[in-house]
Amino acid sequence: MTLPTKVAPTIHTSAAQPATPSTTPWSAPDNQRDSGQAVVELKNAELAFGDRVLWRDLNLTIREGEYFAVLGSNGTGKTSFLKVLLGLLPLTRGTVSVTGERPGAASRHVGYVPQQRGFSPRTPLRARDLVAQGIDGHKWGIRLRRRAVNERVDELLDKVGAGDYANAPVGLLSGGEQQRLRIAQALATDPELLLCDEALLSLDLNHQYIVSELVNQQRVDSGSAVVFVTHDINPIIDHVDRILYLAGGSFKIGTPDEVMRSEVLSELYGADIEVLRSNGRIIVTGRPDNTHHISSQEGLIP
Amino acid sequence: MIPTQVDWDSIVDSVFVFDNYGELLVLLSNSLWAGALLGLVGGLVGTFVMMRDLAFSVHGIAELSFAGAAAALLIGSDIVTGSLLGSVLAALIIGFMGLRARDSNSFVGVLMPFGLGLGILFLSLYEGRSSNKFSLLTGQIVSVSPVQLTSMIVLSIVVVAGLLIAWRPLTFASTDPVVAEARGLPVRTLSIVFMVLLGISVAMSVQIVGALLVLALLITPAAAAMNLTVAPARIVVLSVVFAELSMVGGILLALGGSIPISPYVTSISFAIWLVTRVIRGFRERGSSYRRGGSEKDPHGRGQDAHLHGQGPQGLPVPVSNVRG
Repeated sequence: MTLPTKVAPTIHTSAAQPATPSTTPWSAPDNQRDSGQAVVELKNAELAFGDRVLWRDLNLTIREGEYFAVLGSNGTGKTSFLKVLLGLLPLTRGTVSVTGERPGAASRHVGYVPQQRGFSPRTPLRARDLVAQGIDGHKWGIRLRRRAVNERVDELLDKVGAGDYANAPVGLLSGGEQQRLRIAQALATDPELLLCDEALLSLDLNHQYIVSELVNQQRVDSGSAVVFVTHDINPIIDHVDRILYLAGGSFKIGTPDEVMRSEVLSELYGADIEVLRSNGRIIVTGRPDNTHHISSQEGLIP
Repeated sequence: MIPTQVDWDSIVDSVFVFDNYGELLVLLSNSLWAGALLGLVGGLVGTFVMMRDLAFSVHGIAELSFAGAAAALLIGSDIVTGSLLGSVLAALIIGFMGLRARDSNSFVGVLMPFGLGLGILFLSLYEGRSSNKFSLLTGQIVSVSPVQLTSMIVLSIVVVAGLLIAWRPLTFASTDPVVAEARGLPVRTLSIVFMVLLGISVAMSVQIVGALLVLALLITPAAAAMNLTVAPARIVVLSVVFAELSMVGGILLALGGSIPISPYVTSISFAIWLVTRVIRGFRERGSSYRRGGSEKDPHGRGQDAHLHGQGPQGLPVPVSNVRG
């Protein structure tokens, strides 16, 4: 495996015109914002826990083939945003639809890649069993179509380059290997929407690159929309079309060039923030809560 | 029974008795069938108990099952119903208190002595045959009435059918709850349903092997199976085979003597576990284990070893083990 050579952030330049009312004067040529099926639609969405409003008046349409990143520090509602799309958390106001359906009902069209947590070494699953659960783990009864499922599993494992350890216990695989399996598992139903929850966290650079490429591959090949929740945009900066940046109750939506700017983030945080660009990477300094957390406490299960 | 000098011959004679074995076998065929049923149920349920890391909960449920049975004995009611009520109630309480093992462990620790204490209270108030008392804790001397057998058949059908119907979602939710929930599975409901099935299985086991030794049937066979393989289907088959060997084997050995059935069952099941553990130890030394048979992956995996410091259940994970 070679380390990726970083290229400057690509701005996707398909023929569409700027459509969202982005106020920035130098709005970059826009991607497929206007064309294609709406995969995620939020209208006047608000999410609050008691008095604490995470975000309100969120209007957002994510279309097929779009790579959408959700950024922000801990506690700004990134994971809650994902939970809303998964149908695990209701909005306090407004509406949300995923592939035209109520979020929970759309789960077969949604692939979910969780944060790498590490399985206990004695977890009674082989790599292929983990992937197989993505295919038919939700169906009642016992597995009867073994051969068909096995063939599909092999196909998926090949796709993510995990064929070598198909029969290894998942608990003994490295974090990077486990995340490859997670991608394979999420792709099992050929989803229209791929939700990634800090999917690169705690991976080494090499595997960050590999996993990030695999996610993008699915978008390119099948036109899936990608919603990638992360606190660090750099590993995916080459692919991202738009960003939802959450900070302390307010948010900003736009292309990386529109959002990742000193004045925009300073306004968002109400503090002096500096955004530096170096060699294609974006570094945000002065963020009040700039913490890189190793294991998030915001898992889906309490 | 124990004189100043230990009489080994008489001990061996009372542990292994095979007089009139053929006749006994016919007389006590009910017990054999009950044991076979229990082996099946224990082997199946045990795999999920292991997946969900519920060993401790099983012990807690068993104590409350014991309290329920003792209460039934005291008021002259049906012991099976009593133990069922006690264990299903305990299972439900534990299920609602904590979805994950970590949350419920301390709660089980609180519940368990309370159940045991209650049971002892009821037993000491009870003035009937004392052998009944003892059998609830340590298992009975083989005698299963036709009525008891019928109730066990019905309960077994309920448990096995429930597990078969919920098989894939339950496996998914047990091994990978975060993704299972994201996939739209009713993780919490599945957990409660499993606790009910577990409660029923524990109540069945308490009648035969006794409250203190339920783990030998619900944990040990599955744990032994997991020593040998991580392939889910093979685990289930092996677990059932081991449980049957322990149960039926234990009954066959216990038939002639006056000793309760449980020491035989627990010894066989422990012996099986020991053998599998040794096999696992040898295998893990072999380099092919981690790769599932294929050659070792060259790129370094020491880099994120620190992340494995804690497993999903909060169990400390030996890093050396992870790295194979």
